[in-house]
Amino acid sequence: MFVQLLLVIISTALVNNVVLSQFLGLCPFLGVSKKTDMAAGMGAAVIFVIVIASAVANLIQNLLLVPQGIDYLQTIVFILVIAGLVQFVEMFLKKAMPALYESLGVYLPLITTNCAVLGVAINNTADYPVGADYTVLTSLIFSVVSGLGIAVGFTIAIVLLASIREKIEYNDFPEAFKGSPIVLITAGLMAIAMFGFSGLV
Amino acid sequence: MNKFVSRIYNGIIKENPTFVLMLGMCPTLATTTSAINGVSMGLSTTVVLILSNMVISAMRKIIPDKVRIPAFIVIVASFVTMVQLLIKGFLPSLDSALGLYIPLIVVNCIILGRAESCASKCGVLESAGDGIGMGLGFTVALTCIGLVREILGAGSAFGFQFVPETFHISIFVLAPGAFFVLGCLQAVLNKTRISKPAAGCGSSMACGGNCAECAGAVRAANHGKLDEIKAEAEAKAAAEKAARAKAAAEAKAAKAAAEAKKSE
Repeated sequence: MFVQLLLVIISTALVNNVVLSQFLGLCPFLGVSKKTDMAAGMGAAVIFVIVIASAVANLIQNLLLVPQGIDYLQTIVFILVIAGLVQFVEMFLKKAMPALYESLGVYLPLITTNCAVLGVAINNTADYPVGADYTVLTSLIFSVVSGLGIAVGFTIAIVLLASIREKIEYNDFPEAFKGSPIVLITAGLMAIAMFGFSGLV
Repeated sequence: MNKFVSRIYNGIIKENPTFVLMLGMCPTLATTTSAINGVSMGLSTTVVLILSNMVISAMRKIIPDKVRIPAFIVIVASFVTMVQLLIKGFLPSLDSALGLYIPLIVVNCIILGRAESCASKCGVLESAGDGIGMGLGFTVALTCIGLVREILGAGSAFGFQFVPETFHISIFVLAPGAFFVLGCLQAVLNKTRISKPAAGCGSSMACGGNCAECAGAVRAANHGKLDEIKAEAEAKAAAEKAARAKAAAEAKAAKAAAEAKKSE
């Protein structure tokens, strides 16, 4: 099982990178990637929220929605739970860990609209359903680990993009490409580079 | 009626959600592997947008201001679930092509953005017009991107193949192609816009008058800059005032001294 978990992390973080090959969480990827330290802060906040959210979403799906036969309400329940969770995490951090709140606080409200969180929660319930292959416990473990891998992949991508963008500031390129076009082209080149990992798992 | 039509025009041309406002990037890049997929994603979003805009606008006086965002999310999510189940039931091939991105319409910033900036303020008819305009603008943009990617990557348009397989550039159907095509289309739009700077926000602003990019974190940074400029101007004014007061005091003192000398 340990080997399987390691494979899950590698495949979610590198091979099927959440931003560069699955197009989830593009808004923060393009919006908060101007400075490396801001990008790292956003990445840390995303890791924090995605890991908690995938655990909570998995438990709700397996213990509440499926036994009651109301899994068609998945979208509504998940989005509300995630929105509430982000609020709760923000309040908890403010009270319990002011230092961490100082560094992540600004990014937390932005995460509610990050489609990566909802996407990961929905994807995980489809990938690791309780049944012949997974019990409630292993389904939870796999969901959390794949959430962790996906969030780490997001952090890798956004920090790399931010450091490339800091260099690009001083380059000379056509006026029309200033702003978002050059960022999109850069992201495209990074996506090609990510193809190098395919076939690893 | 006039408001209704102007709302539609506004959504498709003036404030196109993809090319001008840069909203809803995830479905824009993920579902445009072919023109057909782009059209269907755009139309599904349009349906949700029109219905949720109308319901939110009809309920805008009942929903308390403090809990309006969760209320909007619940309304949007209900319509998304309906659309999702209908697509699953009647168009299973479309369901497998779009997959995860149908439930993700909930977190598309276009829908919550329109609910917040239009539907929660205007009447039902105007909100419906806004939904139609924004939705069609989104659909047009998605179709354009999908068409370019399909022609370059698969040599076909709307499923009709006209380029032999040897000349396909398959990278345009894969993930990197989405970034390249959107980047180039935006560069073309920038080129047409550079010649005539945007009216209404002069380049003397801190942001340089680039309203298209003024969203999210960039907007926060711009407002920070504006505050800095304001603070600087205030400090300068205060310093000038102090200098003037000082000069006046000195002049008074000099005058008094001169008078004192005279009286001696």
